[in-house]
Amino acid sequence: MIRSFPKGGVHPPENKLSASRPIAPLPLPETVTIPLSQHIGAPAEVLVNRGDTVKVGQVIGQHKGFVSSNIHSSVSGKVVKIDHVLDSTGYKRLSVVIEVQDDEWIQEIDRSAQLKQEITLSREDIIKKTLESGIVGMGGATFPSHVKMTVPKGKKADWVILNGVECEPYLTSDHRLMIEKGKEVLVGMKLIMKALGVEKGMIGIEKNKPDAIAHFQELCSSENGIEVFPLKVKYPQGGEKQLIKALTGREVPSGGLPIDVGVVVHNVGTAHAVYEAVQKNKPLLERVVTVTGDHLETPSNFLVRIGTPVSKLIEAAGGLPGDTGKMINGGPMMGKALNSIDVPVTKGTSGILIIPDQQSKRKPVAPCIRCAKCLNVCPMGLEPYLLMTLADKELFDRTEQDRILDCIECGSCSYICPANRPLLDYIRLGKFRVSQIIRSRN
Amino acid sequence: MNSLLLFTIITLSALGLVASLILYFVAQKFKVYEDPRIDEVEDVLPSANCGGCGFPGCRNFAEALVKADTLDDLFCPVGGNETMATVAQILGKEAVETEPKVAVLRCSGSFENRPRTNIYDGAKNCTIVHNLYTGDTDCQYGCLGLGECVDACDFDAMYMDESTGLPVIIDAQCVACGACVEACPRDIIELRQRNKKDRKIYVSCINEDKGGLAKKYCAVACIGCTKCFKVCPFEAITMANNLAYIDAELCRLCRKCAPECPTNSILELNFPPRKVKEETKTEVEKSE
Repeated sequence: MIRSFPKGGVHPPENKLSASRPIAPLPLPETVTIPLSQHIGAPAEVLVNRGDTVKVGQVIGQHKGFVSSNIHSSVSGKVVKIDHVLDSTGYKRLSVVIEVQDDEWIQEIDRSAQLKQEITLSREDIIKKTLESGIVGMGGATFPSHVKMTVPKGKKADWVILNGVECEPYLTSDHRLMIEKGKEVLVGMKLIMKALGVEKGMIGIEKNKPDAIAHFQELCSSENGIEVFPLKVKYPQGGEKQLIKALTGREVPSGGLPIDVGVVVHNVGTAHAVYEAVQKNKPLLERVVTVTGDHLETPSNFLVRIGTPVSKLIEAAGGLPGDTGKMINGGPMMGKALNSIDVPVTKGTSGILIIPDQQSKRKPVAPCIRCAKCLNVCPMGLEPYLLMTLADKELFDRTEQDRILDCIECGSCSYICPANRPLLDYIRLGKFRVSQIIRSRN
Repeated sequence: MNSLLLFTIITLSALGLVASLILYFVAQKFKVYEDPRIDEVEDVLPSANCGGCGFPGCRNFAEALVKADTLDDLFCPVGGNETMATVAQILGKEAVETEPKVAVLRCSGSFENRPRTNIYDGAKNCTIVHNLYTGDTDCQYGCLGLGECVDACDFDAMYMDESTGLPVIIDAQCVACGACVEACPRDIIELRQRNKKDRKIYVSCINEDKGGLAKKYCAVACIGCTKCFKVCPFEAITMANNLAYIDAELCRLCRKCAPECPTNSILELNFPPRKVKEETKTEVEKSE
């Protein structure tokens, strides 16, 4: 049976242009820019000084507090600058700029391609390794993974869900990773299950990736307790709450976390990173990035060192097309436009999407005609048109009562709106203000 | 027939009497005493309910005034010293003179001065843009030009200048209620002392980037060269984060700093034209 989340959702054209392109390692750039805040939570504290030489895998940013993450050097070379540099957030953040010299790795890292399936470490050690290796959620939200691998007191996890849905159009990085590194991903999943003390696991993959489904079904046929589920192609199937609902039928309560219903969801990219960190001592210093676009010469999947400028990726994919109107960090639905091609790839960069000029502009906004399309597509059961109006009129108490904070910012409402209203823009504004109000209450 | 009429009149009157007695005693019992001076003070206040005093409305402010021991921290920017003197008279308290203020925009990043590096076509709201990215220029501190401050102004003291993309504050109308200061997500607008004849000298930039970058992003950015800091005879200028700031309380409007500025980021407004240097004269006229 094909499972899916029951409420809302849209069907944007899939456009998985790079689905058949194998992951290719990108040559080392001349310099890398590594922001010290690539995750949700407190920025890491810088450990190196200007002029220091660093090796690949060396810690250059120490995590501060529990919800934070370590930052490692992704190249070897000399630290030339520690300064505020523009990154994919659209603002300047404190970053370490390293000039690349050779490719010298720290000794602890096991660089052999050999699969290491045996799990020898204890629960605590797995979590510790995850924290030290700077693993964050690689689906785009960049929430530190060790936090999600620690079960809070009084709660119990009974499922680990591996998110291989990749419902964003264009992006194929998770898809390629599942096909090429399926075994590693599965070991990573087992590590996460061990850390959480969970016996049962599920892997959710959208039906438009039949090769990945077949591959995992084959891999899991000998596994006890891990099942693979094909999912209906519908956006946002890969949303954490939607995936849980689709696979387990459980609904995460408003304002709650998946652990409240006994489920923990990790992305396939994260599972792969956990495998490398725990079994191979390799911190998170590279990731798979899809570079794609309708007019791009060769849409590709690259294995990229963190901190590589986006311009290098575009160059490797055939260069920036002349009619480029917009560049997006991430997918077309949830991604964010970049305002420079020099921004670095960070831990959360799953794709770079190049959009031609004629498609990049917003259409003129018309008044709301109360067609309720946005209500029908909202996967969280909210009323986007109302939330937008309330946020615009600054009636933030009511937006809070109408559960604006439950919005997952999937953008389905803005996508479907026939009047091209900037629904999500205003809902984000409302969320920002409501969170401010809630913070000031405490 | 007659007796029925009589019976009705008597019972209804009796009921009315009982009810009125109950109402009377309840009213006595739960009487709320309200200082009559609150009404008096409220009448004097401008009834703009702008929130410039820090209270939700004029009534709340009047209550606070009556309750307060001294009028030290309470000030109605709209009514100004005159209103506060009347209030003080009603309450029999000492009025505290406060220097009148006016809002100033600390950004000169017009279309001409600050090149646009990308196109923003999303929702026309400064806070939304501010939460998203640097804006359609490279300066992450400067004005976004979507007029949230203008919308916030209740006194028609602001308008958007279409030719520069910056809001303009009409000094004569501005009451320094602070609504625009609150509304601006980038904290560009500041309330500064309203000097004689609305004369003002201030650094019209809040960019904290290093000089070279700031200059690249905007032709009239403060580059933190400290020239004005060195020339100021009254120590009114402080330097912090590659940025000069003129303290309005210490500044004596001597105008020595403005011609020193290599990027013309120090504005001097409403002064008579300079006599000596022809160049700066045109500057003054332009800014007026």
